Amino acid sequence: MNNITYFKDQFEQLQEANPKGTIANLRQNGFDAFTKDGVPTYRDEDWKYTNVSSLFNQEYQIAENSSVTLAEVNAIRLPGYKQANELVFVNGRFMANLSTIRSEATDLIVLPLEDAAKDEYKDIVAAHLNQSSNYLNNGIHALNTSFIDGGVFVHVLKGKEPEHAVYCYHILDARENPSLALPRSLVLVDESSKLQLTESYTTLGSSDSFNNQVMEVVVKENAYVEYYKIQNDVANASQVSSTHIRQIGKSHVHTVTITLNGGIVRNNMNLVLDAAGNETHLYGLYLLKGKSHADNHTLIDNLKPNCFSNQLYKGIADDTSTAVFNGRIMVQPDAQKTNAYQSNKNILLSENATINTKPQLEIFADDVKCSHGCTIGQLDEEAMFYLRARGIPKESAAVLLLQAFAADIIDQIKPEPLRSYVSKLIYEHLAIQ
Amino acid sequence: MKEKPDTLEQAVLTEYKYGFVTDIDTDVIAKGLNENTIRLISSKKNEPEWLLDWRLKAYNHWLKLEEPKWANIKYPIINYQDIIYYAAPKPKKQLNSLDEADPELLATFEKLGISLNEQKRLTGVAVDVVMDSVSIATSFKEQLSEIGVIFCSISEAVQLHPELVKQYLGSIVPMTDNYFAALNSAVFTDGSFCYIPKGVRCPMELSTYFRINTENAGQFERTLIIAEDESYVSYLEGCTAPMRDENQLHAAVVELVAHTKAEIKYSTVQNWYPGDKNGMGGIYNFVTKRGICKGDHSKISWTQVETGSAITWKYPSVILKGDYSIGEFYSVAFTNNHQQADTGTKMTHLGKNTRSRIVSKGISAGHSQNSYRGLVRASKQATNARNYSQCDSLLLGDKCGAHTFPYIEVKNKTAIVEHEATTSKIGEDQLFYCKQRGIDAETAVALIVNGFAKEVMNQLPMEFAVEAQKLLAISMEGSVG
Repeated sequence: MNNITYFKDQFEQLQEANPKGTIANLRQNGFDAFTKDGVPTYRDEDWKYTNVSSLFNQEYQIAENSSVTLAEVNAIRLPGYKQANELVFVNGRFMANLSTIRSEATDLIVLPLEDAAKDEYKDIVAAHLNQSSNYLNNGIHALNTSFIDGGVFVHVLKGKEPEHAVYCYHILDARENPSLALPRSLVLVDESSKLQLTESYTTLGSSDSFNNQVMEVVVKENAYVEYYKIQNDVANASQVSSTHIRQIGKSHVHTVTITLNGGIVRNNMNLVLDAAGNETHLYGLYLLKGKSHADNHTLIDNLKPNCFSNQLYKGIADDTSTAVFNGRIMVQPDAQKTNAYQSNKNILLSENATINTKPQLEIFADDVKCSHGCTIGQLDEEAMFYLRARGIPKESAAVLLLQAFAADIIDQIKPEPLRSYVSKLIYEHLAIQ
Repeated sequence: MKEKPDTLEQAVLTEYKYGFVTDIDTDVIAKGLNENTIRLISSKKNEPEWLLDWRLKAYNHWLKLEEPKWANIKYPIINYQDIIYYAAPKPKKQLNSLDEADPELLATFEKLGISLNEQKRLTGVAVDVVMDSVSIATSFKEQLSEIGVIFCSISEAVQLHPELVKQYLGSIVPMTDNYFAALNSAVFTDGSFCYIPKGVRCPMELSTYFRINTENAGQFERTLIIAEDESYVSYLEGCTAPMRDENQLHAAVVELVAHTKAEIKYSTVQNWYPGDKNGMGGIYNFVTKRGICKGDHSKISWTQVETGSAITWKYPSVILKGDYSIGEFYSVAFTNNHQQADTGTKMTHLGKNTRSRIVSKGISAGHSQNSYRGLVRASKQATNARNYSQCDSLLLGDKCGAHTFPYIEVKNKTAIVEHEATTSKIGEDQLFYCKQRGIDAETAVALIVNGFAKEVMNQLPMEFAVEAQKLLAISMEGSVG
């Protein structure tokens, strides 16, 4: 692959420009791992159903600067933005000039990752950045680590509950060349604090884009985190989006992932429950059409006792789309009294769509209650009949039933403007035949 | 259900009951594997040319393969040159009847509870007995042949029914299928062969009993069952081995073919030596079992009770090719001490209106690891395919592990697939309920485990269900507390 040489050149340039410090070392480790591991193939168990190698046949550019204007940002703002801190990433780099921080610096701090690694947050960055590589030891993650540059560090200060949520807009500028972005961020949610975080993704232009994102979130004692991911990009926008959340104090995390459009979309949602009594809720919804391919990998690693986790992922696959769900629950020897539940429900709407699901349990402790279930089926004929007998046309009846199917997940989006926004997106998505 | 041991300690000391060695004259070839070994095996068995070619082809393919590493099991590297590939009790002369067999041999099987003599008539079970590499005896052959059922060792079938063997051998598990199947194809020494002609309902249970006796020997048997249109057969296999400190390899291949409206019921009670409580010794059991529902309305049902072996690597599968065909898999896997089991099934739905059902019960105790690994695949043509899977795990101790790896791949929009799994330990409330009624802890646990496994046990032929329940009880002794 010519790409490898390209990555090597780019990497060397980057290292030359900033040769020292924690981040440069991490980059070096990352690049070594990338050279060693390469791009995963279907022979790797974790990538069995998702072929990412095709993404690497593209001549992507890791574009330096881009002329994304404030007007273009305005066009993609999520509802409720007036009350939110908006962080804008263009081609993977944090753009301070396009971003708006509304919270007080006593509540929430947003810093370029490089600055955070130098000053008072030096130790924190060193301790927490790239912990995810222990779990995501593949070439794609390593590639992101090799190019940590222009990332962001977000800190919610101890005891603070900022009234402004955080919105992250990822913009990929593919107007001239196929664009590759490698955004990296580290979020620290300190003791007894609260954070609401939402990410959305937009590709500008008609060339292909590939967003290889890694976000690491560290959650401390008594903190509460809500995380929303909304993926509704164009059909030639692909991404591998890894969210690695470590609950290192007794805390509560609630995540919702919505995938509506895109090319090849792979989400790694990792939860490391590294303190007794953690509580975690993961929800996901994927409604696929056209040739979309969505792969949700979740991992819950129970390291300490008395943790509770609940997962519900639902999906609909239409046309020639492929949906993959791989849920993995690990219960380590010390994690007695773990309660872990997982459920995955799918509807296949077309002859040519595929669903692959693999709910996995790996349990090394005896005093646990774990269960998982998954189903693959179709729209209930009786329910259809009921609606049609009442004069509802076939198409509308199907949309109604699918909407009801999706409602369980939509209801888990807690902030009101976002919930109605997503609900509307889904209705439009389902109604277009 | 079982004789209750006086104390828990006594129960812990219960040893593997089939661990004796029979002192018998054995024809053993030198250790090691190469083309000459295969030629030697083939010539000893007086095989036709095509079979030798087939073996050599498999061997050459095997050389190119790597041992699979994906299973959730850990074991030291197997030295394939340190294994005896052929060991057979020495035949004094051609046997005409069982009475002429070596009395030592007969005694061995009496000890194992398998009578080769006519007394088995009462229970109506025809038995084929395989010791180390060769089949010793097959009972009830004549009665069966009257109705056209062929039940003999595969070596005999090669001689007497070469056209059937040639047609079906390797047609379901090709020699290129996997590492252990290729190895087996190259060096298989014996096994059972059953052929049920059209429209015949086999009047008795067919059964094969496998025994490894010789030290350092590996057992590579091959079983082939063919059920013609509208026939029915129930087949059972059982396995034991002596206690030894070294690990012994058992790599078998089983192939089943069910034609239109035929039904095959295949039950296994596997009780190879599991190793001692420190994990020394024991059998490595790497088995490839697969059946094909070739004709419409055919049915294959696998039932297994896995209590033995240091390592179990086994996935009895069904290819549902005929329309309206049915595949079933019922399994109880019990692991204790340092045993590791990675077992499950594959249901491949190809035909229309095919159904499959998976019930897997894993019980782990001691330091053991027990994994369920299964695949349910509904292909594009498999309209109205239906699958229900249930796998439950029970943990009896805090050092063991229970794992579930179900793969579900669906490409047809009319398919309905459901999977459910739970993992838990025995509920305090269940124990309390029993103890309150004067049942002591150990009996209560046995009772609960038995109830847990009941759904599968019910699928076994009656004669063996009792046996299997006892076996489960014995394996479980000492794991409570």
